[in-house]
Amino acid sequence: MNVAFDAILCVLVVLAAIRVVATTDLRAAVSSFLAYGMLLALVWVRLESVDIALTEVAVGSGLTTIVILRAISRMPLAPSSSTGSSPTRSAQVAVGVMCAMVTLGLSGVLLTLPDPAPSIAPYVAQNMPATALGNPIAGVLMVFRAMDTVLETVVVLLALIGVWAMVPQHRLAEVPGPLAPGRAPEPVVFLARALVPFGLLFGAYQVWAGADVPGGKFQGAAVLASMGLLLMMAGVITAPAATNVRLRALLLVGPILFLAVGVAGWSLAGAFLGYPAGLEKPVIIAVEIASTISIALALVMLVLGPPAGSASS
Amino acid sequence: MIGWTIFALAGAGLVGLGLYGVIMRENALHRILAFNILGGGIFLVFGFAARRGAGAGFTADPVPQALVITGVVVAFSATALATAIVVRLTAAQAEERDDAPHAKDDG
Repeated sequence: MNVAFDAILCVLVVLAAIRVVATTDLRAAVSSFLAYGMLLALVWVRLESVDIALTEVAVGSGLTTIVILRAISRMPLAPSSSTGSSPTRSAQVAVGVMCAMVTLGLSGVLLTLPDPAPSIAPYVAQNMPATALGNPIAGVLMVFRAMDTVLETVVVLLALIGVWAMVPQHRLAEVPGPLAPGRAPEPVVFLARALVPFGLLFGAYQVWAGADVPGGKFQGAAVLASMGLLLMMAGVITAPAATNVRLRALLLVGPILFLAVGVAGWSLAGAFLGYPAGLEKPVIIAVEIASTISIALALVMLVLGPPAGSASS
Repeated sequence: MIGWTIFALAGAGLVGLGLYGVIMRENALHRILAFNILGGGIFLVFGFAARRGAGAGFTADPVPQALVITGVVVAFSATALATAIVVRLTAAQAEERDDAPHAKDDG
C-alpha cells in the first residue's frame, strides 16, 4: 500500500515537472510548478523530513511562484520572439538523449551506493544533549553546522542587495510595485483581516516549537512573510522603501546578532560560534528570533522586487 | 528500502528534466523554473541519502536534511535575484528598441 502510494506520488511529481518543462506557455508552466512544489512537499513527508516539507511548501513552491508571476506581469507579453529561431527537431532529440543519459547515470550511481550507508546520525545523537535542543535538525542548523546558517542569512541579504541594485541610486527611495493592480477585492481584504492573526500566531509557534519538533526559523519566517504579503495585497499596509532606516536595521539584526554571538564564542567557549556553557538554549533562542525577523523581512522584500515607479498607493 | 529508492529515481528524473528545460527553453523566466526543478531533483537525492543514513534513533540523518533546508532558502534567494535581473534586462532591451521617442524621459 505504502509502496503503491509512493510510486503514484513519484509519477505525479515527475509528470508535473514534465508539464513545467514541456509547455511553451509560461503561465501554464508556473501553475504546474506550484503543483510540482506541493507534490514535492508530500515526498518530503514520506522521506521523514517534515522540516524540509514545510520549507519546500512555503519557500521553494509558494514564494518562488509569486516571484515568477510578478515578473511575468511586468514583462511584455510576446517575449523577444524576434531573436533567434526555435530549436530544431534534431537539437531537441540530441539534448533529450543527453539529459536522459544524465538521469540514467545518476540513477545507476544511486542504485549502487555502498550498503551500510555512511551516516553522521550517531555523532549528532551523541552530541545532542549538549545543545539543549530536541529537534536534531535545529541542532545541526544552530550548533553543529551553525557556520552554514550564518552564511545563509548573509546570502539572503546579499540577494536582496542585488535585487535593490537593479535600479539607480536616486530611485532607491521609491516603493516596490504593488502586489495587485488597483483596489483589492473585498474577499482578499476579509481574508487578510481574518487569516493574518492566526498566521502570525502559527509563524511564531513554528519558530518557538522548532527547537523540539519540526519547524524552525526558516519555516516560521516564510509564514510570517506570507502574512505580510497578504496584508500588502489587501492594501492594509504599504510596502516600505529600500531606504527605510527601520527596515534596514531589522534586516541586519539577525546576521549581526548571529555573528556577534559567533565572535563572542572565541572568548566564552573557545571557538567561533561556540555557545557559552549553560546558556546554550537562551542564546540559541535569541539568535533564532532575531534571524526570523531578518529573514521574514528579507523574504518579503525579495518577493516585492526592486523599487518600481513613484506611485506609492 | 524499495520505497526510498523510488524517490531517488524520481530525483534523478527531475535532474534530467530540469537540465533539458534549462537548455531548451527560450524564455529566461521559464529557464529559472527549470533550474528550480533541477535543484529539487538534487535535493531529493540528498533526502534519499539522509533516509538511507537513518540510525541512532533518528528516522533520517539530520545533517543532509539541514543542508537541504539551507539549500531551499538559498535557491529561492538566487531565483529572486535572477528574476529581478531578467526583468531589468527585458526593460533595458525594450528601452533600446524604442529609445527614439522616449530618450529624454529617464534622467
